[in-house]
Amino acid sequence: MTTVISLADVCRIFPTEPPVHALSDVTLEVPPKDYLAIVGPSGSGKSTLLNTLGLLDRPTGGSYRLDGVETTDLSDGERTALRGSRIGFVFQSFHLLATRTVEENVMLAELYRKHDRRRRRKRALDALDRVGMGHRVGFTPDRLSGGERQRVAIARAIGGDPALLLCDEPTGNLDSDNTASVLDLFDELREQGLTIVVITHDDVVSGRADRVVRINDGRLT
Amino acid sequence: MRRGPGKPRLDVRDLCGEALAGVLARPVRSALTTLGTVLGIATLVVTIGVAATAGNQIVGRFDALIATSVTVEVPEQTWGERVSVGWDAPEELARLRGVVSSAAMATSRKTANLTVSANAIVDPTRVTDQTLEVVSATVGLPEAARGAIVDGRFYDEGHITRRDRVVVLGDQAAKLLGIATTANAPAVFIGDRAYTVIGILGRIGREPGLATAVIVPPSVGRADFDLKEVSRVLINTSLGAAGLIAEQAPQALSPNNPTGLQVTSPPSPTRARDGVQSDVNTLFLILGLVSLVVGGVGIANVTLVTVMERIGEIGLRRALGAARRHIAAQFLLESTMIGLIGGVIGASLGIVAVVGISAANEWTPVLDTRLALAAPVAGALVGLLAGLYPSIRAARMEPVEALRSGT
Repeated sequence: MTTVISLADVCRIFPTEPPVHALSDVTLEVPPKDYLAIVGPSGSGKSTLLNTLGLLDRPTGGSYRLDGVETTDLSDGERTALRGSRIGFVFQSFHLLATRTVEENVMLAELYRKHDRRRRRKRALDALDRVGMGHRVGFTPDRLSGGERQRVAIARAIGGDPALLLCDEPTGNLDSDNTASVLDLFDELREQGLTIVVITHDDVVSGRADRVVRINDGRLT
Repeated sequence: MRRGPGKPRLDVRDLCGEALAGVLARPVRSALTTLGTVLGIATLVVTIGVAATAGNQIVGRFDALIATSVTVEVPEQTWGERVSVGWDAPEELARLRGVVSSAAMATSRKTANLTVSANAIVDPTRVTDQTLEVVSATVGLPEAARGAIVDGRFYDEGHITRRDRVVVLGDQAAKLLGIATTANAPAVFIGDRAYTVIGILGRIGREPGLATAVIVPPSVGRADFDLKEVSRVLINTSLGAAGLIAEQAPQALSPNNPTGLQVTSPPSPTRARDGVQSDVNTLFLILGLVSLVVGGVGIANVTLVTVMERIGEIGLRRALGAARRHIAAQFLLESTMIGLIGGVIGASLGIVAVVGISAANEWTPVLDTRLALAAPVAGALVGLLAGLYPSIRAARMEPVEALRSGT
């Protein structure tokens, strides 16, 4: 199988005065079914690495292959399409649409992707079953607990069948009980063969991962 | 191995669904946002609709009254060949096909300002003498002038033959003289002679001067007021016959010198309609356009606020694979929908108002279907223009910053 993430000497320099080296010669390999935690203090380049991995930002140097596709020479449109089809995002603040039901929020995952529309609801319900939220389909997010909201967000992320689940502080807004349940869910998803990258500063979260890489001043250690 | 990721795509139905959900997410705000467009479109529809409706009513009145009215004037002759029309003009005209009613009248400069009083008593506290015109006319006058006897009766051939000193007053003349009823046979004094008032003529449709006139039989006019010659003949024709009658009447009235008569016939209908269409109320049109612009600015403002509030959603959609143009299209469609809703509501309110105004005035509402269809389109266009800037702002937003905003 193809390596999911392959970073080689990736640099990201912000052209301020003086230039900020947010990432310096980062090299990282993430094989399929890996469960990787990236930890580091704030200002260490964590967010820049996340944005680079998520194709939200373009590195200024080096090579980034996602699921076998070299991304650094893709056009914006192609990067957007690749992001939509290969990466599932999980955010600290969930980013659920407050006026839409749980089911509709999950169905958003396929909105910008080529899929037949008829079975979209079915696939959304399947994804909700996978995260154990099949019983909250018609609810709006404001009636869910934080842990339930994050589960719905995870269902949305895995709904598109991505190669990579990219999580940015997924438990940052959750109490310890909910954190534990979300981490249990990550374990289950990994059992099912998903590749997970979690960016966190929480040792409880990083402790559950297979591998932990540390980032400091834009360098992996 | 390298696979081309292709282009991000978005089904049109999904785009519409997302935009509609965006509009309905804040129903009260969306409703308030449409208000400016509603007012603008409604004002425009009412202005244009009422102008068209009122215009058609005026044309209708032209058709009913003026299009069937022919007036023959006998010029006052002081020298040269004398043109004269006999007092038997109504009988002559009755032979023409298309004449509905007619009457001959006599007026003169001398009888235009005669002092008329209702009684012989001199009352210093009030003005009893009125200066009124005396007109003599044949018995068909009430019908020919499209008036109605509101009290008493009009004189008949018998009064003329007997040379009875009777008069009929125009309704304004009767009011000026203080005569409300003819039940007790009141008298008016013209010069030193008394005349019995036997009727009051009102609701005069043509010859408005008759309302303030004292109408006497031809025999009395000839004997007492020197009204010997017919000066005017009023003819009412059936619809469409006016042009023909206008040609034939001089021949019938004055076979020896038909060209000496002046005939006034109705204006052609097209000219009447042209005159009306230039009468559209420009001020209200401008008012409608201004409120439409204000409505557009309102939509732009609210859409901009909405974009700022939904930064997180924009970031999420970008993360889910939405291209910038998808974001722009969604916000553009949302503002267009708001404009369209405003246009539909405004057009509906405007049409209801036009119907209401028409009902109050007993008019037939006239509605151009193109107007009813164009009004919502105009609203949508306002929304589209208003949404341009906010949607460009939304599309330019960087997903990184958008996702960090935390909303």
